[in-house]
Amino acid sequence: MTAAQLAMANAGFVIGSYVVALGGIGLYTWRMLARARRVARDVPVEDRPWT
Amino acid sequence: MTPGPTSTTFTRWLGAAVLVGMVWLVVFGLVISPDDRVQGEGVRIMYVHVPSAWLAYLAFIVTGIASACYLIPRTRSLTWDRIAGASAEIGVLFMGITLVTGSMWGHLSWNTYWTWDSRLTTTAFLFITYIGYLAVRGLGGSLQQRAKRSAVIALIAVLEVPLVHFSVTLWRPLHQDESVAKGELENLMLFSLFVGIIAFTLLYVWLLLHRQRVMSMEDAVAERGLDAAIAERRSEVAR
Repeated sequence: MTAAQLAMANAGFVIGSYVVALGGIGLYTWRMLARARRVARDVPVEDRPWT
Repeated sequence: MTPGPTSTTFTRWLGAAVLVGMVWLVVFGLVISPDDRVQGEGVRIMYVHVPSAWLAYLAFIVTGIASACYLIPRTRSLTWDRIAGASAEIGVLFMGITLVTGSMWGHLSWNTYWTWDSRLTTTAFLFITYIGYLAVRGLGGSLQQRAKRSAVIALIAVLEVPLVHFSVTLWRPLHQDESVAKGELENLMLFSLFVGIIAFTLLYVWLLLHRQRVMSMEDAVAERGLDAAIAERRSEVAR
């Protein structure tokens, strides 16, 4: 394997690790905010002291 | 865009800071930071792997502290229980990210995705323990029962955190020891790592605030459902 091929192979893992990390965080955040909107329909504003 | 039901002015500003931090992390981690003499490009994984591990530790320690606060009669409040639960859930997410990114880094550094090294094994054990903690939280019973039993488990589980952290000095693993504490990183690498840790810590606070509020709303719905069920049962008995 040449140095350029090795660098390309490494880049796949490096970029993949950022995709896993940021993608995982993004997916969790999206699901959590969707859940918040769904639950909020059944909760009056007085039960949300932060608002 | 309408603000979400769990957002406030503070969380919106914090969310903006998190986004800026994440962009900085990607720019520093993938572009500005230099390659390592030994690991080459592979070292760039460190800027997401180490902050993820740090955040998982932090999240589990917060879970332990909040659980202790729940168990102490003077400070007993379901808010502590919700903070504990939210923090554990975020910790599991980041521990999962740590394991996957570590496995990718391991493939580049050691030519294997997994080895039964002390650091890797204790980390996997910690991850599984907190999945168990979340499973226990999902068991039936009142909110107080949930809070009490999960608080006890959290206080036992948090003892694993120092074991994972010091596994690299207690045993002689394949995993590298504390490069940051030993000052083995170049300035720009250290700064990139610092950017990652700050960005992830801000993200943790943002996620914790939102998740804890979602749990608060879920608990309110569950309590109202229970009250309605009790009222219905009483009216049936009275008939």
